[in-house]
Amino acid sequence: MADTLAGTPDTAPSVPEYPMPRDAGCPLAPPPALTPLRDDQPLGKARIWNGATPWLITRHADQRALLTDPRVSNDDHEPDFPHVNAHRAAIAPFTPKLITNTDAPEHTRLRRSVNGPFLVKRIEAMRPAVQKLVDDLIDDMLAGPDPADLLTALALPLPSLVIAELLGVPYKDHAVFQENSNRVLDSSLSAEEAQASGRALHQYLDTLFHEKLENPDDDVLSEMAGRVKAGEMTHEEAVSMGVAMLIAGHETTATMISLGTLALLLHPDQLALLRESDDPKFVAGAVDELLRYLSIVHSGLRRVAKEDIEIGDQVIRKGDGLLFDLQAANWDPRAFPESERLDLSRPARQHNAFGYGPHQCLGQNLARLELQVVYGTLYKRVPTLSLAAPIEQLAFNHTGTTYGVKCLPVRW
Amino acid sequence: MRVELDEPKCVASGQCVMASPDVFDQRDEDGVAILLEEEPGEELLDDVREAVAICPAAAIRLVEE
Repeated sequence: MADTLAGTPDTAPSVPEYPMPRDAGCPLAPPPALTPLRDDQPLGKARIWNGATPWLITRHADQRALLTDPRVSNDDHEPDFPHVNAHRAAIAPFTPKLITNTDAPEHTRLRRSVNGPFLVKRIEAMRPAVQKLVDDLIDDMLAGPDPADLLTALALPLPSLVIAELLGVPYKDHAVFQENSNRVLDSSLSAEEAQASGRALHQYLDTLFHEKLENPDDDVLSEMAGRVKAGEMTHEEAVSMGVAMLIAGHETTATMISLGTLALLLHPDQLALLRESDDPKFVAGAVDELLRYLSIVHSGLRRVAKEDIEIGDQVIRKGDGLLFDLQAANWDPRAFPESERLDLSRPARQHNAFGYGPHQCLGQNLARLELQVVYGTLYKRVPTLSLAAPIEQLAFNHTGTTYGVKCLPVRW
Repeated sequence: MRVELDEPKCVASGQCVMASPDVFDQRDEDGVAILLEEEPGEELLDDVREAVAICPAAAIRLVEE
């Protein structure tokens, strides 16, 4: 919005609704309305579920500048914070301070207290175990009926097994945490339904956390139990962090496995490069390019301005909400030439798929590890892998935090 | 060229270690970045530049001597 409109209500029809619909014919591309906004009106506004009109930030450079700006806050207790849905708005006042809703220096203390398990060397040490899980899941899939659903055969169980093992959550309970964490993030459910699932997860983790306090094991919940005993974090912070990791740890990676495989099957030349490469650096680069291209976290990062911020010829006022559409930035041709092309050989490491700034995804190194192992193994082990249904028949999930397929039928 | 690490800003994401493992490491207890080489050789500078570019906290700078 130009300054001349300041003070007038944003009811003009030019304010688009957000999130925006995709083109059914191009299911992997960003919503078509985003591209002209990014190229012609990069600091515009958009209308969200409650009628509020936060700024919509679409360019890669603007996102990087604002997401590292200390005047941009992640405190969702602020009255004008542009929440993602009614459920998140309803629970915000009751949510304890976490890495997901605080700013420096509080955020720095909390983040450092949960970072240990995600150290690069500790994640790298998990590679043989992750490789074994992937090999076993592929063995099971190949021994079962052909065609199969890649989601239930590999994409969902792998990250669930990994995050359950890391946290110390018994995998036998995976139905409880998989089902409830999907429901917490599903914007098509009522706030009450989502809250009931959130409470169920919280109670489950709270009970388990009490057991870890009594009988610590070699896992992240026990490590947090140690920090609680040492007075470095509160019981409530630890349980809430456990819930957040459990939720964040599997739907996202599962979606990258299934949607990434779909994208590769639709780009056979790129799939061939990956299948024929034995270079771990190439595989790592391919993971980042698929993260960029798919940008599955599609509901926009949310922030609020703590002070006035001048950017370009605009002023973001104190209290204004901000939305960052990650795929718009990751398809910004100023940052990634020919951005609409999936090109596994391009340098893609500077994408914003994990967000950017101090709140960038805590689990990104774990996600990269799982994806490197899957992408580096699946297509070599199953070179004849193909789609078992026409793409027009695939159902896409438009209402979760991540954008993906509900089922991916494959044959070999 | 000299590397400067603004430790209080570090959020311990480990991106510098992934980009430039010869120049950066992480503290075991909380993952905060450690500078192994303050004046890395020419052959390491591309990796360091990548670390500067991808650090989510914008906590690393490469400065001309």
